[in-house]
Amino acid sequence: MVKISQSRSQILDLLSSIPDPEIPVVNIIEMGMVRDVILTEDGCDVILMPTYNGCPAMAQIEADILVLLKREQIAPAKVTIVLDPAWTTDWMTEEAKEKLRNYGIAPPLHSSCNSDQFARNTIRCPICNSVQTSLVSRFGSTPCKSLYRCDSCFEPFEYFKCH
Amino acid sequence: MTEQQALFKYCVRLGDNALIQSYRLAEWCSNAPMLEEDLALTNMALDMTGRAQMLLQYAGSISGEGQTSDDLAYRRSEPEYRNNLISELPDNDFAFVMVKQMFTSTFEYFLYLALMESSDKTLAAIAAKSVKEARYHMAHTSDWVVRLGDGTGESNRRAQEAVNALWPYTGELFETDDVDRLLQEKGVAANLEQIQIWWRQYVIETIPAAKLELPSDDYQHTGGRIGVHTEYLGHILSEMQYLQRAYPDAKW
Repeated sequence: MVKISQSRSQILDLLSSIPDPEIPVVNIIEMGMVRDVILTEDGCDVILMPTYNGCPAMAQIEADILVLLKREQIAPAKVTIVLDPAWTTDWMTEEAKEKLRNYGIAPPLHSSCNSDQFARNTIRCPICNSVQTSLVSRFGSTPCKSLYRCDSCFEPFEYFKCH
Repeated sequence: MTEQQALFKYCVRLGDNALIQSYRLAEWCSNAPMLEEDLALTNMALDMTGRAQMLLQYAGSISGEGQTSDDLAYRRSEPEYRNNLISELPDNDFAFVMVKQMFTSTFEYFLYLALMESSDKTLAAIAAKSVKEARYHMAHTSDWVVRLGDGTGESNRRAQEAVNALWPYTGELFETDDVDRLLQEKGVAANLEQIQIWWRQYVIETIPAAKLELPSDDYQHTGGRIGVHTEYLGHILSEMQYLQRAYPDAKW
């Protein structure tokens, strides 16, 4: 029998201090990656949903969670990766999207990933808010982003792809 | 064959296709004709490595033998691999990889779209993620097939050569065996005949739009489903598996 003094919501609050390793302005709770925290007699189980297949940030996030829980003396603790339901960018909070925009990354358009029209969506420039933008490259520096250029302010920027 | 054995084989087949394609795509790192395509091809490789990892991990969890995804990737020999032959063909030309990935990504898009409805919840969840990637790969490679086919005389010639060389490897994608039949009855596997109809429809619209032609000869290679591969798979595995073969259980 294990007794963990922190509550589920306290642990969720703690987890919100863990940034996304690739985009440190947002945390893993805002990104919608943490499905749940389950406290049982066996300890604490953090249920995590992978974002992109093969995204190397996932291993870092898992390690960060375990380090944090150890530091807070929440033990025994483990991380369980679940595939079902599949993570989607629709689970990102509005707050996270705003933070992305301020950071210079155009946030994902909601649910448009389920449409075949996805390539024709208008992506707003996160710097000057212009809709006159063009796709430079579908693939970018990480699996979640593509590269755009603003045709109004001429700044290049990244777009967080719908997923 | 039990349903569990069939599911293991099915997941290994899907996982092997992702793994071997990922290997070939990764070979383009620093070799693509422009930086954006270096990013594109290696991003696609990363998507497929992740997909292979999930599928082989799931396969290992249902085999009853407790293999990890690494065990399955690094410790099986050539005849135990179940990938389609098309995924192991070497890419000697940019047009070749684009035509090849257009054929296979279109197949994967329709395959994973169908597998989202699988009665197996894990397979359906992997499909839900994979379909989004496959759609993206399909759009990207189709654009390039049109750009190359409808480009210069030289790019058209190379794209047409790729279509001619690859077409005889596309039929295998849709081969149905006992594994498919058993799992289809249970609502687990996709109906490949239906997928072939959707695939053909997309391809026969894209190829003429690229000012290319499909070969009139419909001869098709076969073998991947029973582990009979081209000469290329052995070379891939000898490089990919070298470290685990030379130093078993070596850890990063």
